[in-house]
Amino acid sequence: MAATASQAKTAHGLNTAFILKKAVISALVALVLFSLMIGIRTEAGSDGQLTWWTRFGDLAAMVAVVFGGSIVMELLRHWWGPVETVRVVPPSAQKAFSFAGRALVPALLIFAFLVPVIFYDERYILDLGILVLTYVMLGWGLNVVVGLAGLLDLGYVAFYAVGAYSYALLATNFGLSFWICLPLAGILAAFFGVLLGFPVLRLRGDYLAIVTLAFGEIIRLVIINWQTLTGGPNGISGIPRPTMFGIPLTPGDDGLAARLGIEFSPTHRIVFLFYLILALALLTNWVTIRLRRLPIGRAWEALREDEVACRALGINTTTTKLTAFATGAMFGGFAGAFFATRQGFISPESFTFHESALVLAIVVLGGMGSQLGVALAALAMIGGFELFRGLEQFRMLVFGGAMVLLMIWRPRGLIGHRAPTVFLERNTAISSDLVKEGHG
Amino acid sequence: MDYFAQQLINGLVLGSIYGLIAIGYTMVYGIVGMINFAHGDIFMIGGFIALITFLILVSIGLTTVPVILLLVLLVSMAITSLYGWTIERIAYRPLRHSFRLAPMLSAIGMSFVLTNFSQVAQGARVKPVPPIITGGYTLHEGADGFAVRLSNIQIIVVITTIVLLALFTWLVARTRLGRDMRACEQDQTMASLLGVDVDRTISMTFVIGAALAAVAGMMYLLYYGLVDFFMGFVAGIKAFTAAVLGGIGSLPGAMLGGLLIGLIETLWAAYFSTEYKDVAAFSILIVVLIFLPTGLLGRPEVEKV
Repeated sequence: MAATASQAKTAHGLNTAFILKKAVISALVALVLFSLMIGIRTEAGSDGQLTWWTRFGDLAAMVAVVFGGSIVMELLRHWWGPVETVRVVPPSAQKAFSFAGRALVPALLIFAFLVPVIFYDERYILDLGILVLTYVMLGWGLNVVVGLAGLLDLGYVAFYAVGAYSYALLATNFGLSFWICLPLAGILAAFFGVLLGFPVLRLRGDYLAIVTLAFGEIIRLVIINWQTLTGGPNGISGIPRPTMFGIPLTPGDDGLAARLGIEFSPTHRIVFLFYLILALALLTNWVTIRLRRLPIGRAWEALREDEVACRALGINTTTTKLTAFATGAMFGGFAGAFFATRQGFISPESFTFHESALVLAIVVLGGMGSQLGVALAALAMIGGFELFRGLEQFRMLVFGGAMVLLMIWRPRGLIGHRAPTVFLERNTAISSDLVKEGHG
Repeated sequence: MDYFAQQLINGLVLGSIYGLIAIGYTMVYGIVGMINFAHGDIFMIGGFIALITFLILVSIGLTTVPVILLLVLLVSMAITSLYGWTIERIAYRPLRHSFRLAPMLSAIGMSFVLTNFSQVAQGARVKPVPPIITGGYTLHEGADGFAVRLSNIQIIVVITTIVLLALFTWLVARTRLGRDMRACEQDQTMASLLGVDVDRTISMTFVIGAALAAVAGMMYLLYYGLVDFFMGFVAGIKAFTAAVLGGIGSLPGAMLGGLLIGLIETLWAAYFSTEYKDVAAFSILIVVLIFLPTGLLGRPEVEKV
């Protein structure tokens, strides 16, 4: 009793000695960790000989940062601490929140539609919007596999690559138009999804993750090494730009601008691309939402919750998993074809493991299964990347660190929601002659 | 035949390095049940620390090679194992009872942090070192002039691996710590009820795994004569493949898997194509998981409801 009382006391009072001790230990650990990696800098000279010099200033700064950071962390923990506060929100505010929640989706949608109108003259924002929407689409596509079916896929970028290369190769070699290649890219990617799906059917959890990762790497290595087909590390350039259903967006006489009788501007193409990816992303979203209500979507969600129970209920887990892989891969393929036509140039560098991890981080951060969460997470991640553009070389450091912190802070994502889409509204009693025990 | 023998030697040496990294994966997976994605980068950090220690020791005028090697080994193991400990403390411990994906994503994030950290701290260029250990033996001189050679560095890599493996097997089988580790592997709650400090045991697992990865990093540096910030990713996946191939959770399995992956990769590069050697290694992983989901020496996993 006395012990609990004194513990409670120290928990409430600011324990300076404890905080200092912890900060000193952290600083010492940091000193050892960084002593060689930061304290000494090595570089290969022009003659191939390694030289080194010391950077004790940087080392001292890092250790000081860790010391200060540790104190700040402890203080924050003390103030926000484990004490669970019950937040009393007045009913009027609650109503306002729920209204804002319901209004958020239409508001975002209207804003997305209006972006090219509002920012017509700002090329940078339009480009950024296209990039964000590409990742929203990738996130929604991967969400089918990870969020709905619960299959951890670390090689999603493989399907993105398949889609991009399908379009690039079909368009440059056979002169097929974007609108013919788009479904072909989707079908090819879905085919690769099934190809990957077959061997991994028996695997679960972490094994599945590592096999998909290996698959992603195999695709990338094949693209790099199959030089006669893919151009190897040099990639494919001169990929045709999309046409507006056959009408090219060029300054020529048959271009869209000439036909409409308006002055040509390169922005037309950007705006067109923006609406194209917006339409593709919304298509992904719409298909996903519809599929969730179909038996196959419910089977995906059941599979995510409990595979054994699923099998016991007679759900065919093989087809369920394969359709999930194929659907997710198909959307990845669409996004890849769009990426190829937007860039006009693709190379294996765009399809590294980092991309897979980024898309997966978007899905997990978005709350695994929440469509709105994924969209917001994509906006936050890609927008955040743009904010840190000045710190080019620290980018992955910040990204990795943010991933770790977000996982610790909110392991279930921003909008953690895993409720099944379909459930019984109320318990219904059925007639007693239908069951043996006499009551349903 | 001589060519084959030479490739066999090379493959075994490479396999020893993979095996040392694979032990770290297999131990952590056995106890915590997660893929420690950052383990490949721990191996890379070990290589960097070995390189820096070596440079300092040489420039302060130390010339006796065995003393240098021993010091480099000790410093590298000590600092790298602190990295392992810190990462577990920061990124994995808060998530131990979280949902399944959380520690894995946290590990991927940590892997990015470590890769980028050494890129920023030490530059992106490849760091070469002059050959430290030279000389070797000619085992067989063929009629066509092709000689099977066993270099001293290859002998050192293999002997170090054997010694460490023996030491480590003893540690797991005979010491208090090893018993705690095996207890945590079976049932963490029960182990803690019986007085095993689970947190400490898990920390020690990461420390030991990191120390072995540091040795592998140093061997890699000595054998190939270079380190760079990106070497952890591919080596990490291959070592994980080795751990899965041998049966995850099994220590002899990890070593066996490492040797097999090393041999397959070397022979593939020697007889088929160098470009596709990584593809071969990854394909093996997929094939093994289809036909032998528990690996060569692993125990079958019983599915419980």
